[in-house]
Amino acid sequence: MQDLILTPNIDGPDDFYAELIAAHDGLSKEESDAFNARLILILANHIGDRAALSAALAAAKLSQEDTTACPD
Amino acid sequence: MLQDRYTLAFREYPYRRSVDQDLPSPVRHPVVIVGGGPVGMTAALDLGLKGVPVLVLDDHEGIGMGSRAICIAKRTLEISDRLGCGTALVERGVVWNLGKVFHRDRKVFEFNLLPEEGHRYPAFINLQQPYFEKVLVDRIRAAQADGAPIEIRGRNRVDGVQMEDGGVILEVTTPDGPYAVAADWVVACDGAGSPMRTALGLEFDGRVFEDSFLIADVRMKADFPTERRFWFDPPFKSGSSALLHKQPDDVWRLDFQIGWHVDREKELRDENVRARIEEMLGPEIPYEVVWKSIYTFQCRRMTAFRNGRVLFAGDSAHQVSPFGARGANSGVQDADNLAWKLEMVIRGLAPDTLLDSYASEREFGADENILNSTRATDFITPKSDTSKLFRDAVLDLSERYAFARPLVNSGRLSVPCTYDGSPLNGPDALPGGPDRSRPGSPCPDAPLDGGFLLGRLGGTFRLLTIDAEAPPEVSADGIDVPRLALSAALDPSGALADRYLGKARSAVYLLRPDQHVAARWESYDEDAVLTAIRGATGRH
Ligand SMILES: Cc1cc2nc3c(=O)[nH]c(=O)nc-3n(C[C@H](O)[C@H](O)[C@H](O)COP(=O)(O)OP(=O)(O)OC[C@H]3O[C@@H](n4cnc5c(N)ncnc54)[C@H](O)[C@@H]3O)c2cc1C
Repeated sequence: MQDLILTPNIDGPDDFYAELIAAHDGLSKEESDAFNARLILILANHIGDRAALSAALAAAKLSQEDTTACPD
Repeated sequence: MLQDRYTLAFREYPYRRSVDQDLPSPVRHPVVIVGGGPVGMTAALDLGLKGVPVLVLDDHEGIGMGSRAICIAKRTLEISDRLGCGTALVERGVVWNLGKVFHRDRKVFEFNLLPEEGHRYPAFINLQQPYFEKVLVDRIRAAQADGAPIEIRGRNRVDGVQMEDGGVILEVTTPDGPYAVAADWVVACDGAGSPMRTALGLEFDGRVFEDSFLIADVRMKADFPTERRFWFDPPFKSGSSALLHKQPDDVWRLDFQIGWHVDREKELRDENVRARIEEMLGPEIPYEVVWKSIYTFQCRRMTAFRNGRVLFAGDSAHQVSPFGARGANSGVQDADNLAWKLEMVIRGLAPDTLLDSYASEREFGADENILNSTRATDFITPKSDTSKLFRDAVLDLSERYAFARPLVNSGRLSVPCTYDGSPLNGPDALPGGPDRSRPGSPCPDAPLDGGFLLGRLGGTFRLLTIDAEAPPEVSADGIDVPRLALSAALDPSGALADRYLGKARSAVYLLRPDQHVAARWESYDEDAVLTAIRGATGRH
């Protein structure tokens, strides 16, 4: 298994972020929610690795006990 | 008072006064089965064929009419084959393997349940539950004629139960008044509302799903193919999901999801049912409604399937949503698991603790069925906005991208449980052996000499050898285990080797009477086999 990457891993982070936000331009709240759900499923399938997916679900919770988060 | 709770399709066991009713003290029976549904009748047949005297008490005089189960799974057919009525079921039913799932008007997913050759029975047949039960009762009648000690008493309603030292007393109500029946063992197959469970104050917890479904069984000449069709958000506005499935005699099951807050009486009115049907079929197709009903469901099970001398099986012990056809099919597996264990305990060939393994194995099976049917139900009737969001996302994606199709869940259809971790399992000492026949697994079928493997196994312990030496019979503490000697060469298709040898060159399997694998090795070792037989009969 590959560990869940929680350190910077995207080239051109500002470009990606702008693209993500732009993808929602003109969408209603409902359409945006649906878009996000589809996006999550597409990305999850790309990752594939069940352990990495579970780790991602845990990381997204931002819970205090989470030990996977890096300190700095 | 004794009143029918449902209309009969077949009046198979009209009330007759039994001599037991005229005796001053209760007559004692080795096994009493409470409830003559598909599970009770399967258990009665299995025990009777083994020569164990069994008495069935049912509160009706025959088989109930009405649409419940239609999908009978391969494993149920294999068990029925062992009991002598597998062929009768297939002849009466409609064979199908293919399922198609639609989202709105587009097909998003298709599954073939049995893409593999070399099985005696198909993945599924469809047959209305009353006909299934009729085949079982007919088989019981034939077995009785051959001397099987089975008795069915209709219109005998169990109204009370007392646990005594070493036995159970049942209070029974009949048209001639009450009497008592004593039993060494009771199998409670009295359905989801189980009066036995209630009388003993046992818990039955789980989840209620807030949705209702309308069933309409219609007779029509239609050239839809013999496959299961399921729609999410169908283009016809008959329900938020819909199902179309073929049954024998030109009858089709239509099943519409109609929501939780519905007025049942109104929905079941002729004109309203017809409106939904015609939305789906269009106005041109002539049809006749042969059955209509509304059902809701729950997923739950008893904490323990064994309560001393009372064993619970079928819907009395566990209930699932119909998506996946895991109700009756899993109940039949309960009966299959229980009958041989009860027989051995009654004959003194195994300790009473063997019955604890009935409970643990079938509780494990029930958890698996509940898990699968709960997941399907959550997909079909999402319980939160977010759940619905993802459900719809999966369906939208599945129209275009293959990756999303396996996530579409319109019911994961019943497959038998592998008893991984069962206390009865012996060693898995066959390096390179296939995963599917590891200890705990139901034996996969395979072609053999123009016939099939499972038909050769029978209903006793067996030593199956493939290209391995072993004596013709092994005996352990009164249990005789005959050998079935095979060679991979007997099956030119290679299925036997593929399903039982894997990468191994030879194999010795110890098989249980319910045709589950108990243990396996590469070659015969007497001590190992004797230990495994003891282990598989609860003597550790
Ligand atoms: C809409 C629908 C569709 C379904 N589809 C499928 C399917 O496709 N495949 C599948 O496998 N399952 C399906 N099921 C589930 C299936 O119908 C049940 O799991 C099955 O009937 C359970 O069998 P049973 O013998 O345990 O109980 P039951 O069939 O309920 O039988 C219980 C028996 O006990 C009797 N009884 C009750 N109380 C007493 C008493 N006090 N004394 C004496 N007798 C008593 C009853 O009269 C009855 O004869 C479906 C269910 C529904 C509702």
